[in-house]
Amino acid sequence: MFSPIEGSVPKLIRIEVDGKPVDVPESLTVAAALLYAGVRTFRRTPVSHAPRAPFCMMGVCFECLVKIDDQPNQQSCMVKVRKGMRVSFMNGARDIQ
Amino acid sequence: MKKTYDFAIVGGGLVGMAIAHGLAKRGQTVVVLDGEDTSFRAARGNFGLVWVSGKGRKQSDYGRWSLESSLLWPAFARELEDASGLSLGYSRPGGLNIAMSEASLASSVENVEYLRRQDARLTYEVLDHGLLKELVPEIGPDVVGAVYSENDGHVSPLYTLRALLTAFESEGGDYIPKASVTAIERDSDGFHLDTVLGTFRSGKLVLCAGLGNRDLAPMVGLDAPVVPLRGQILVTERVRPFLHYPTLSVRQTAEGSVLLGESAEDVGMDAGVTADIVAHIARKSIQPFPLLQNVNVVRAWGALRVMTPDSMPIYEESVDCPGAFLTTCHSGVTLAAAHSELLVPWMLGGQRPPILDYFYAKRFHV
Repeated sequence: MFSPIEGSVPKLIRIEVDGKPVDVPESLTVAAALLYAGVRTFRRTPVSHAPRAPFCMMGVCFECLVKIDDQPNQQSCMVKVRKGMRVSFMNGARDIQ
Repeated sequence: MKKTYDFAIVGGGLVGMAIAHGLAKRGQTVVVLDGEDTSFRAARGNFGLVWVSGKGRKQSDYGRWSLESSLLWPAFARELEDASGLSLGYSRPGGLNIAMSEASLASSVENVEYLRRQDARLTYEVLDHGLLKELVPEIGPDVVGAVYSENDGHVSPLYTLRALLTAFESEGGDYIPKASVTAIERDSDGFHLDTVLGTFRSGKLVLCAGLGNRDLAPMVGLDAPVVPLRGQILVTERVRPFLHYPTLSVRQTAEGSVLLGESAEDVGMDAGVTADIVAHIARKSIQPFPLLQNVNVVRAWGALRVMTPDSMPIYEESVDCPGAFLTTCHSGVTLAAAHSELLVPWMLGGQRPPILDYFYAKRFHV
């Protein structure tokens, strides 16, 4: 569904998505990178376990929450990808220690 | 010619809607005249406790009245859920008053023991750190203990309000928003209530307008000496369930978010939030529950409690204008069931519940 602008040659970096290595353009936010990588369900809601994905892509809707480097409920559309970043999905309410 | 209702309820908060629902389900024709979106609305900023424990030191009937309502709440919640199809998130597991020092625990125990001597149904248990940790494994090491009372519970105040509105409308009631009442007159037909949407007529009326009652009550020969007392509340992101029991300052909702509160400021008609109080509430919440320190707060808000000089309710029918009632309290959630089930029969012409003997405004005029 999503592809780079025609003619652009993005520089790729490697991140980890649910434990698997994925190469994504370094210019992207985590949300855009996940969409680029084909992810369609970012999380399951705490109450009804309904699937969710980014809606606004600009920090307002809080639908794109993922776990980034062990920090739960991060707004993936507001964080740029970094080499070696570990991203995983929120399945219901976050845990607390 | 416009319809004359049996009852007009002025104010569509938890107090007004509980009474409106109680009247409508008993076959009365009822109109609720509600205020504006910008009105001060305690019912929409509430913490959501259905609380008994510790109440009534100055007048034990207040503790008993709260208990009566708490005992009615399970059936009240079921009825509202059936009528509305909503889940209220109500439970009555008993509540905790957590103490961070020996002195505060002793002071709480002294109070609840005094109340239990007034009425044996106002039960409590004292939990030391070890017993409390069995109930709530997540409590922090500095917690001294807690007073537990089986009479306490909690509920979503927003779903409760919405369910009351849904039930009321399905019972044939008319809810009219943006209809602040500006004048009330009485003639041989009953009451005429002026609003920007026109004049509404009713045989009887109940003033449930919170702080608005100050100006409305004198129009029908009543007195409502109420003042605002601001509370600020924080809510966190949803987290896994860890706190089954409501406490006075921290409670986890059925959906998993955690409400943090218990501030009280005399700042007039200002329902805002301030950084110092928000920070204070956050710090105070981490003491009993250190696991909250890495949890994100997603929102904070303020609301104005509706307080009489002694914090207790006023229930009164006007002597000058019979059929005009005043109801005000600061515990619209806790008392909703009693208002719907015990107050309404009196407004319909039955006996005034004797437990309410103290709750006239004349107690403030000595």
